[in-house]
Amino acid sequence: MSRIAARFESLRAQGRTALIPYITAGDPQPSVTVPLMHALVEAGADLLELGVPFSDPMADGPVIQAACERALRHHVSLHQVLDMVREFRRRDPDTPVVLMGYLNPVEVMGYQRFADAAGAAGVDGVLTVDLPPEEAQELVGVLRQQRLDPIFLAAPNSDDARVRSMAECGGGFLYYVSFKGVTGANRLDIRSVADKLERIRASTDLPVGVGFGIRDAESAARIAAVADAVVVGSALVTRVAALADTPEAIPAQAPQIITEMRAAMDAA
Amino acid sequence: MVTQAGPAAETPPLSELPDERGHFGPYGGRFVAETLMGPLEELRQAYEEVCRDPGFLAELDADLASFVGRPSPLYHAERWSRELGGAQIYLKREDLNHTGAHKVNNTVGQALLARRMGKKRIIAETGAGQHGVATATVAARFGMECVVYMGAEDIRRQAINVYRMRLLGARVVAVESGSKTLKDALNEAMRDWVTNVDDTFYIIGTVAGPHPYPAMVRDFQTVIGREARAQILEQAGRLPDALIACVGGGSNAIGLFHPFIGDREVEMYGVEGGGEGLDSGRHAAPLCAGQPGVLHGNRTYLMEDADGQIIETHSVSAGLDYPGVGPEHAWLKDSGRARYVAATDEQALQAFHELTRIEGIMPALESSHALAYARELAPTLERDAILIVNLSGRGDKDIHTVAALEGIEV
Repeated sequence: MSRIAARFESLRAQGRTALIPYITAGDPQPSVTVPLMHALVEAGADLLELGVPFSDPMADGPVIQAACERALRHHVSLHQVLDMVREFRRRDPDTPVVLMGYLNPVEVMGYQRFADAAGAAGVDGVLTVDLPPEEAQELVGVLRQQRLDPIFLAAPNSDDARVRSMAECGGGFLYYVSFKGVTGANRLDIRSVADKLERIRASTDLPVGVGFGIRDAESAARIAAVADAVVVGSALVTRVAALADTPEAIPAQAPQIITEMRAAMDAA
Repeated sequence: MVTQAGPAAETPPLSELPDERGHFGPYGGRFVAETLMGPLEELRQAYEEVCRDPGFLAELDADLASFVGRPSPLYHAERWSRELGGAQIYLKREDLNHTGAHKVNNTVGQALLARRMGKKRIIAETGAGQHGVATATVAARFGMECVVYMGAEDIRRQAINVYRMRLLGARVVAVESGSKTLKDALNEAMRDWVTNVDDTFYIIGTVAGPHPYPAMVRDFQTVIGREARAQILEQAGRLPDALIACVGGGSNAIGLFHPFIGDREVEMYGVEGGGEGLDSGRHAAPLCAGQPGVLHGNRTYLMEDADGQIIETHSVSAGLDYPGVGPEHAWLKDSGRARYVAATDEQALQAFHELTRIEGIMPALESSHALAYARELAPTLERDAILIVNLSGRGDKDIHTVAALEGIEV
């Protein structure tokens, strides 16, 4: 069983919803990332999503675009991101790590080389925003050989057939994008999310995580009531950005929002 | 990852591509966030329907005739040909279209399609502003709301086109992210589209982006090549020896090339923005000096670094200043059917001045790159050889750039 599947199984046994923070690797500078990952786990994260910076993050809003730009000022490459995961694994063998990013850095490294290196570094899942199942066959094949879970995004307008095809080629969990838009926008509608999740669950047994637009403890708790996982990106990255001038304070202070979300989710 | 280096034996004829999923060999495809997959499929279906609808095609032809001013002439540049001392050069005069470039052929087609689909809001990206102006123009004509995304840096460089778009009623949004140029404007237009996908039609200006855009924009631009083919047969009694067109995203080039793909004896040359020279690294020539990758919804040749980050391009011509290129060009290159070369800023400027002085036609700096290659090729050919150069746009928009380079204040 993969580390991701095992984590979801144990959470389910405890009746808890997973909390998955997203940070962009190397934001605002590379030395912050690994300490911040450990601090997020201590604050209550069950899985981590680590963003691979890209020059043209088309599906992201201004907050994560700016995070990519800060990281790229330090030329943070996919190789370095994998080094960060390797370093994280020395102290934390249990928390699943999902890489999230765009296809081109993976194309340039080469699918096989990437899968081998990611597997060796201790990555558990790979979410490629601009790779729908139609184009994903080859990458999915090499990821599976390395026991890496390919994680797909489902959207409000994905029909049942598309959700089934994601469930077939995907693993780990399915990431449901809560609204039509980019990351960080304020368009979350809990009722429509709940309705759609019901439909999605009819098409797949994978755990379903919900992301986009979850900005505080209250929205996290409300989504936690209907989802298997809550993904928090821009709200956390905003706090990282606010501390960009005092990067040494980031691991201690930025995860506060995760602590609050964890508490609200567990109290609900 | 590109797994096929060359054309496989069972590959369909080049003229019949893309396949049903939008692939030109290993290139093209649909690499977008999930939210856009449904709308792109809806667009593909709507587009295929109108292609079979005689009413739509008649409407398009009527607009191309009375609004755009087609057919555009094929002009024999006799004096320039004589001066160069070789092949006869014919110019396809897309500069004479309404709004001054080939871009409007495509925006008229897509706006008609948007109206068919009941979309009331149009968005577009623009670099130099030509596609933005062509989009704002058709939006005004059809009474649609229009938002144009443009890099903040380009807005500064192309103030006149920004004002033209505003006069036409469009809202021009400055894009401050990334390099603040065309690629960032495209990112921002995609973000708008993913957010407002239910009521918004995204008019992409070139033969790039996710399927069906590369095929659809090509089809709307092939009017250039269909006319040129008939015109040269009438004027010269035979097909040309070669076609030459500049390539940024590649829409004017594919528009000229495509109707000749089956004419194996006709050579095709795409001319990229060579900037300060391919060796300088400061250029906009992904086909000549880039490598395959995935950006803006398709797999194609890109200007990128060793980590897969997209790098900034440089060209005197804002319309060629783009790090990618249409996937069909990528495949025409690999298959050997077309050849891709680069002209430097300096060579393009020389051709700009020469055509202006010798033929009384002021070409756009983009088109001047095609002319620069014609200038090199013509003297190597016999006097009865025929070249068709796509004069894709007029140069009025560029006089400030040209003047500034010569230290003249206009």
